[in-house]
Amino acid sequence: MTYEVPLAPGESPEIDTTAETEGVAWPMWEVFVRARRGVSHVHIGSLHATDAETALQNARDVYTRRGEGVSVWVVPSSEIRSFEPDQAAEYVDSNEKSYRLATAYEIPDEVGQM
Amino acid sequence: MVTQEERFQAIVDAEDKIEPTDWMPDAYRKTLIRQIAQHAHSEIIGMQPEGNWISRAPSLHRKAILMAKVQDEAGHGLYLYSAAETLGVRRDELQELLHQGKHKYSSIFNYPTLNWADIGTIGWLVDGAAITNQVMLTRCSYGPYARGMVRICKEESFHQRQGYESLIKLCHGSEEQKALAQDALDRWWWPSLMMFGPHDTESTHTEQSMAWKIKRVSNDDLRQQFVDMTVPQADYLGLRIPDPELRWNEDRGHYDFGEIDWDEFWLVVKGDGPMNRDRVAHKAAAWQEGAWVRAAAVAHAEKKARRGAV
Repeated sequence: MTYEVPLAPGESPEIDTTAETEGVAWPMWEVFVRARRGVSHVHIGSLHATDAETALQNARDVYTRRGEGVSVWVVPSSEIRSFEPDQAAEYVDSNEKSYRLATAYEIPDEVGQM
Repeated sequence: MVTQEERFQAIVDAEDKIEPTDWMPDAYRKTLIRQIAQHAHSEIIGMQPEGNWISRAPSLHRKAILMAKVQDEAGHGLYLYSAAETLGVRRDELQELLHQGKHKYSSIFNYPTLNWADIGTIGWLVDGAAITNQVMLTRCSYGPYARGMVRICKEESFHQRQGYESLIKLCHGSEEQKALAQDALDRWWWPSLMMFGPHDTESTHTEQSMAWKIKRVSNDDLRQQFVDMTVPQADYLGLRIPDPELRWNEDRGHYDFGEIDWDEFWLVVKGDGPMNRDRVAHKAAAWQEGAWVRAAAVAHAEKKARRGAV
């Protein structure tokens, strides 16, 4: 079920997001699910768990209640490395060489389908 | 030179998605945090009115359905907290703020479930209204939120259909059973219409949310969609919608309907609905009572790590 709670007149649209919490926050895990044989694992969300075993059990309950997967991976979120968008743009641009593409080569019609 | 803000808006305007590591305006991030946190809290609190009937469901079949539905609501809350965390907030802090009564959730859960027909009616109307809203949100500009909504919508369809089917059974049953269904509709109709929020003219943030494509359809338009869809379904059940002004308008091609009691609406939003205090107190107590389980899980993980197991 859903939706934003309407703002009362004069109420700030900003909510508190920090609070004192008790105990240890559980580490975060990223969850990847293989929907069926023949396709790759796809990232589906994240969850919190104390260790890999309980992370897998939670992943099964949270993300595959209706047989959405035949295989599940969990990876500690802190172990993921990535390009930030700005770096990624540079990285992708340097690979934009048209001679790498099949469409860069003209083949005479009489040769037929290639 | 294109500014970051222009680049952001261009992505949104092109119907592309904004992803967690993209630059985004501070107000966009804050609006989403508020909306996704409230949405997540709503799913979690939403387990209570239905959980109230698990032990008293009239058959094993209905009990199993209800448990699966309540488990789904927990799952939806978890998908949404997961989406909120991509915006740089912590789940345990959001929960703590809910327990302290500093965060709100959908007002519909501040009404009590008084008879068994309430459970079917919630599936039909409350989940029906939620689907109308959430189908729109699958097209929201923020990627993780939109993706979560796709999963949720699939499962909500089960929620709505099981509810309506349960009402068909009641309405084909005894006079008493049908009276239960009518009583439930009488109590849930108006709160369900309130789920779409204030009139567009009163809705302070609609314009900005529409420009950011967080919101795609206005409150009044969604409410009209819901009424048009629901009236024939009530007719099929042979139930009477408690609105003397409800009638088909040939010119508009829509149903006209009466005015919501906005005083009641704001009373519940501000915390004085029939169940506001109970819901938060129950959630906070469950969290407190589970403290030893969380501590034990941490201790177990530490012990295993010390012993060199994975």
